[in-house]
Amino acid sequence: MRSSENKTGNETTVSLPVSTKLAIELKDITKRFGHVIANNDVNLKVESGTIHGIVGENGAGKSTLMNILFGLYKPDSGTIFLNEQSVEVNSPEKSIALGIGMVHQHFMLVPTFTVLENVMLGNEGSMFLKSGEESILNRLKGLSKNYGLDVDLEAIISDTPVGMQQRVEILKALNRGAKILILDEPTGVLTPQETIGLFDILRSLREQGVTIVLITHKLKEIMSITDTVSVMRGGKVVADFATKKTSSEELAENMVGRKVLLSIKKPASKVGKSILEVKDVSHDSKDGVNVLKDISFSLKEGEILGIAGVAGNGQSELLDILSGIEALQKGQITINDKPIFSHQEWNSKKARDFGIAHVPEDRHKRGLVLPFHNYENSILGYHRNDQYSSGFLMDKGKILNFTNELIQNFDVRPRSPSIISGKLSGGNQQKLVLAREIESKPKILLVGQPTRGVDIGAIERIYEDLMELKSKGTAILLVSVELDEIMSLSDRILVMNQGTIVGETSSSNATELDLGKMMSGLEQVREDRNE
Amino acid sequence: MSDSNIIPKWLSVGVIPLFNLFLAFCVSGLFIFLIGENPFKAISVMIKGSFYYPGAIGYTLYYTTNFIFTGLAVALAFHARLFNIGGEGQAYLGGLGVGLMCLIFDQYIAGFLVTILAILGSVIFGAVWGIIPGYLQAKRGSHIVITTIMFNFIAAALMVYLLVNVIIEPGQMSPETRDFATGVGLVQIHMLAKYLGLNVAMSPLNLSFGIALIVSIGFWFLVWRTKFGYEVRSLGHSETSAVYSGIKVSSTIIIVMAISGGLAGLVAVNELLGVHNKLLLGFTAGYGFTGIAVALMGRNHPFGIFLASLLFGALYQGGTELDFEFSSITREMVLLIQGLIILFSGALAYMLNPLVEKIYLKYYGNFNNA
Repeated sequence: MRSSENKTGNETTVSLPVSTKLAIELKDITKRFGHVIANNDVNLKVESGTIHGIVGENGAGKSTLMNILFGLYKPDSGTIFLNEQSVEVNSPEKSIALGIGMVHQHFMLVPTFTVLENVMLGNEGSMFLKSGEESILNRLKGLSKNYGLDVDLEAIISDTPVGMQQRVEILKALNRGAKILILDEPTGVLTPQETIGLFDILRSLREQGVTIVLITHKLKEIMSITDTVSVMRGGKVVADFATKKTSSEELAENMVGRKVLLSIKKPASKVGKSILEVKDVSHDSKDGVNVLKDISFSLKEGEILGIAGVAGNGQSELLDILSGIEALQKGQITINDKPIFSHQEWNSKKARDFGIAHVPEDRHKRGLVLPFHNYENSILGYHRNDQYSSGFLMDKGKILNFTNELIQNFDVRPRSPSIISGKLSGGNQQKLVLAREIESKPKILLVGQPTRGVDIGAIERIYEDLMELKSKGTAILLVSVELDEIMSLSDRILVMNQGTIVGETSSSNATELDLGKMMSGLEQVREDRNE
Repeated sequence: MSDSNIIPKWLSVGVIPLFNLFLAFCVSGLFIFLIGENPFKAISVMIKGSFYYPGAIGYTLYYTTNFIFTGLAVALAFHARLFNIGGEGQAYLGGLGVGLMCLIFDQYIAGFLVTILAILGSVIFGAVWGIIPGYLQAKRGSHIVITTIMFNFIAAALMVYLLVNVIIEPGQMSPETRDFATGVGLVQIHMLAKYLGLNVAMSPLNLSFGIALIVSIGFWFLVWRTKFGYEVRSLGHSETSAVYSGIKVSSTIIIVMAISGGLAGLVAVNELLGVHNKLLLGFTAGYGFTGIAVALMGRNHPFGIFLASLLFGALYQGGTELDFEFSSITREMVLLIQGLIILFSGALAYMLNPLVEKIYLKYYGNFNNA
């Protein structure tokens, strides 16, 4: 990597007061996986009792670095210092014993156990649970009081909200004596309110002298809570900043290695006639849980309708029904004034034939067949079209030409139609899916989580593509858990909570606070309903 | 199946399987040594027995034919992530199809027409025996591994009943049908060669081998060049993606199992139309089960399956020779060697990968880090 390029004066090293102690110091850490160098001579210093952010795109080496610190990976070379003493962390057990706690992005909890049982897990105390339970109860009471971590110890994990589960993870770490807490993308699953709650907890932990390392790709969070921040790119730490002395733009620029536009220009587009009408749609999941209740809305040509909400509030099911994957159980969907009543008339194939393209929420499970080559994935769902076949055989030449065109036009890298799609980065996989769906020239585009796990550079490109499609008159339904994304892309916003639409607003009137309240089900707001 | 991303293809597809094979032979040699025979002499007998003696190659290719059919049957199902353990039963039922067609029609119409009908019969009966488990999997969620295993037992019992009570040649004790009429059946290669003026040693190798080669090529086109094959592979790699793309999962499963069963049924063509000229008990002799190992070793690709079939064909033929030459090496010893090969090249196929990766990276790893 050409590091000289980045030395544009923004590599301000944090000047530390002489007296402060370093909680963590990583020196020249290198870790390879096969040919890939995940961490390349990484140096990192975190002061004791501070919140330190690590930002970087996917694959920049953040998680690898933290996994090394937590003892999950062994570095090929380099040294780890904890509290200014050289240590060898060769297993998670060792790292826990050294006072490191990690809260993973996907929680490591037993869903059928109670909160208390989960906290005890791996730390039962003695052979009989009873005595261990008592000592842990005492300790937990102290911890909850000190840090403002209120949890119901008797609640079953699967019944508790996600924000609460995260607190359990934090308690688990603290209960085992963690003085250094690593949080990997902690806010991905939280509502704005829950995020505020989490940050309050983190601040009070800091006051008590706990050192916190926060891995995230959300720059706003970095700016609001961290004291210092390191930017990683291509396996290296490319810059360190004191948070007060930097800005989101500067961080983004360092993450990507070039200037990035964080705001989107919304093109003026002509909103046409209503093309999709959803009326009183209700849906029960396979286990009989009611996941959608009386959903009604309409979508017009040339408009982006955003659906905001915390993940798991019925958005996925709505997308599945509209795209024909799930059967329509109750209610009515009208497309182009043509009503669809039952699943016999409506399935994925028919939806595509009509002109509904679908960028699914989960590109790994749905949007792509990961072991397939790019050229095979570039026709997934459209493989029956005559343009890709001659007779009953598929025409590989035509498919390759088409794929080449796609990856040129939508900047999918590497520019190879015959690479295995599973080997592409998240951003390029998403660009491939989006390219395929846009290239089908849809009348309606359903988009779920378009930028989940996607690098900043690719996000920029994806937004541009969506805007261009909109200006051509395509109706776009955008489901996302990222409020910023919803607010900056959509023309109108619907908010979903527990399977119902709890609010509607135009994006110019929306504020994050209002939307957050609606998302958490606190307020039912319906304005601009029939403009 | 987890193919390594690190080592190049020529290592993972070419060198490692050969090395696995070598290991299997080493361990086999150890056993032969333990029972007091010379392993090197044994291997030379095996190789000569399967390739060198007059007619040996014919016998080897005759076995190979069976393994190609059952290997392709397992492989096709596996492309849809279905584990078809029922090749044995499907081949057996294929035999019923051949038998019925011949017994019903051979008195009335020309031999070659009967033969064509019999081939169709083998495919259709085998297919039916695949469709039922396929239907149960697709529509009722009964696990295909369980149902296909059970269908092997049902097939065996059904054939015993039919051959002992219904279609047995009247007036004789052994559970076989009468011979098919002359003119019915596939011509054997040594006969064909004689007709062309060539002198080829006698062996049971017949035109089925040609059918197997044609079917192999067809298999490649079906899986990698047709829309149906595309849908099958999508389904096999990711059912959720298949649903997303509008593929009808249950009907695809049923069709795959039908074709898979039909392929296995073709074993009966080689055995009954090519060699025995009648339907008899137990002619499948475990070919259906060995097909699983063949598909595994051949990585579900027709060319790989051809090579693996050739190997197993040579083992069968060479094993018979071994049994014949050494008094201390029995049929069971030959089965042991086959078992070891299946173990090393099938079940332990990826055992050596980490080691090879390490060695590869040590010597070649640095070149690619520019």
